[in-house]
Amino acid sequence: MSPPDTSRADSARPLNGAGEALLTVRGLKKYFPIRGGILNRAVKRVHAVDDVDLEVMRGETLGVVGESGCGKSTTARLLMELIEPDEGELIFDGCKVGSRELPLKEYRRQVQMVFQDSYSSLNPRLTIEDSIAFGAQVHGTPKREALARTHDLLARVGLDPARFAGRYPHELSGGQRQRVNIARALALRPRVIILDEAVSALDKSVEAQVLNLLTDLKAEFGLTYVFISHDLNVVRFVSDRVLVMYLGKVVELGEAERVYTHPQHPYTAALLSSMPSMDPDHRTEEPPLAGDPPNPIDPPTGCRFHTRCPSIRPFCATREPPLADVERDHAVACHARVPASGYHDDAAAVPDPEKITA
Amino acid sequence: MVDATQTATAPLDPVAAPVRSEGYWRSVWRRLRRDKVAMTAGGVLLFILSLAVFAPWIAPQDPLHGTMLMRLRPIGTEGHILGTDELGRDMLSRLIWGGRLSLLMGVTPVIFAFFIGSAIGITAGYAGGIVNTLIMRTVDVFYAFPSVLLAVALSGALGAGLGNALLSLTVVFIPPIARVAESVTTRLRSSDFIEAARASGASALTIVRVHVLGNVLGPIFVYATSLIAVSMILASGLSFLGLGVRPPNPEWGLMLNTLRTAIYVQPWVAALPGMMIFAVSISFNLLSDGLRSAMEVRA
Ligand SMILES: Nc1ncnc2c1ncn2[C@@H]1O[C@H](COP(=O)(O)OP(=O)(O)OP(=O)(O)O)[C@@H](O)[C@H]1O
Ligand SMILES: [Mg+2]
Repeated sequence: MSPPDTSRADSARPLNGAGEALLTVRGLKKYFPIRGGILNRAVKRVHAVDDVDLEVMRGETLGVVGESGCGKSTTARLLMELIEPDEGELIFDGCKVGSRELPLKEYRRQVQMVFQDSYSSLNPRLTIEDSIAFGAQVHGTPKREALARTHDLLARVGLDPARFAGRYPHELSGGQRQRVNIARALALRPRVIILDEAVSALDKSVEAQVLNLLTDLKAEFGLTYVFISHDLNVVRFVSDRVLVMYLGKVVELGEAERVYTHPQHPYTAALLSSMPSMDPDHRTEEPPLAGDPPNPIDPPTGCRFHTRCPSIRPFCATREPPLADVERDHAVACHARVPASGYHDDAAAVPDPEKITA
Repeated sequence: MVDATQTATAPLDPVAAPVRSEGYWRSVWRRLRRDKVAMTAGGVLLFILSLAVFAPWIAPQDPLHGTMLMRLRPIGTEGHILGTDELGRDMLSRLIWGGRLSLLMGVTPVIFAFFIGSAIGITAGYAGGIVNTLIMRTVDVFYAFPSVLLAVALSGALGAGLGNALLSLTVVFIPPIARVAESVTTRLRSSDFIEAARASGASALTIVRVHVLGNVLGPIFVYATSLIAVSMILASGLSFLGLGVRPPNPEWGLMLNTLRTAIYVQPWVAALPGMMIFAVSISFNLLSDGLRSAMEVRA
């Protein structure tokens, strides 16, 4: 008996009743070959992103969390089409990316990205203004106009163009550089911005400033964010919905507050309980995640989390749980949350979701 | 009339003209100027270069003719301050004139190889994948030969003469330069700012022009300058073997060759061309060393 394949159907329909999907991803897959041996052939493959379906709603901030190496950056790079997916398709605003209605170059005008390392994401040989104006010039804006817009954008992200436009990246602080990167992402007037750990390298006070800037810009330009971070507090602060990844798979996806207060997947629960809490009363006894995540080269069979899951059934090791709705706007990939999975047939040890949350 | 590039970069708002920071190459030059060793080496090269350029006006005598009566005179001989060679020609004049051919043979192949090798290496590095493998394996075939052997074999096959010697030296220097170009480009290719440029929809050619060249040509250039010394020595070697410059034209390598029989008679005179080769090669090496450290510093 195999579980019904509900994952496609479920995530194809908007989870968030409020909005409509701006960017839809179906069956996204990326395996990185690991070369070796005498003929330099691909001997093994890293399952970096494995059959991911997701939707980014118009105007929302979708937070993406997960342990290091779970495939967050790879997902971001796939969304940007910076790397070729092995499988899967992107649909932006109803058009398939790379099709005649939406060629790649046009898509890239609509979706931009801000990288984690503010230094290495700026060309050290170009002045700030040249870096920002580059994209617009590529799309045919005359240099004069592109520079004029660059100066407006610099002012908008809080950098005085008179002081900063002619400077080189090494002459700026990390926070200032990240503002420059944000200005560059805005220069093409995109509708979606993917922020891959965009504030993670900044210290706390600067991080707060940049987050506030991002919030303001979102309202002003009507942006949609995909916000990737390992900092669960920050993700909770900025996100409307949260997507939890584990070893290249989506394990939980739902409205942010709901996921944080009532996590349905044992991985999410463990992740949240390992989160440092400011309030000593809220420190939990919940065991944090044991050990390192398994190697993505040979991911565990069945449910990928079964090797670290506190409450497994024998079939968890063989059967892969589909991502299925457990409540409105809240999907989870865990047998324990699907009544028909057979998980509850064999007696005891049903973990109480409220208890996992603690 | 205003310079076209000036107007293009001028901000629209005339009040808030952005403060332009010191450009990268200016800062490199500022640091290089403080490097005494590199500046001395540069001075020596400039001196030898101007001697070669102004040879007709500077050289005291005809480099091609001498009298057999005056052959192999020691350093300090009246009228021949650096002595005479085995045919009685004035050594000072020949050394000054010899700089022309020697520098030409040291620098020209490296310049050509710099352009060709960079083009090959940057293409391979930026393209990556199968294109990279194809190009670089081909380059490796040539790289596998010792450079001396390759230079001698090529000029031997092409026939003696200045042009063929330059050609074979160029071929010798393309593989090492291409390899360096490929490795710096490959390293650069995965930087976030290249990804960001790709994400803005720029074509590969635009990215290479705007973002790659400025970052890789510097390191490749430094490496190439260090090859000038090798090129001079190889060129001298070719002339020494009779494959490069032919007598009676003065060239340091050739002079070293013909004077070697006189090493016991006039060792100092016989050593002079070798000393010139040594001075120029070490100066180029010191200069490129200085250039490299001046370029590495990140202000
Ligand atoms: N170019 C590549 N070649 C081979 N493997 C890769 C490549 N890029 C990523 N990987 C592997 O894919 C997996 C996912 O990497 P990814 O960078 O997406 O993780 P991440 O979730 O962003 O982690 P982090 O939080 O540390 O940034 C990792 O195991 C990584 O080693
Ligand atoms: Mg990452």
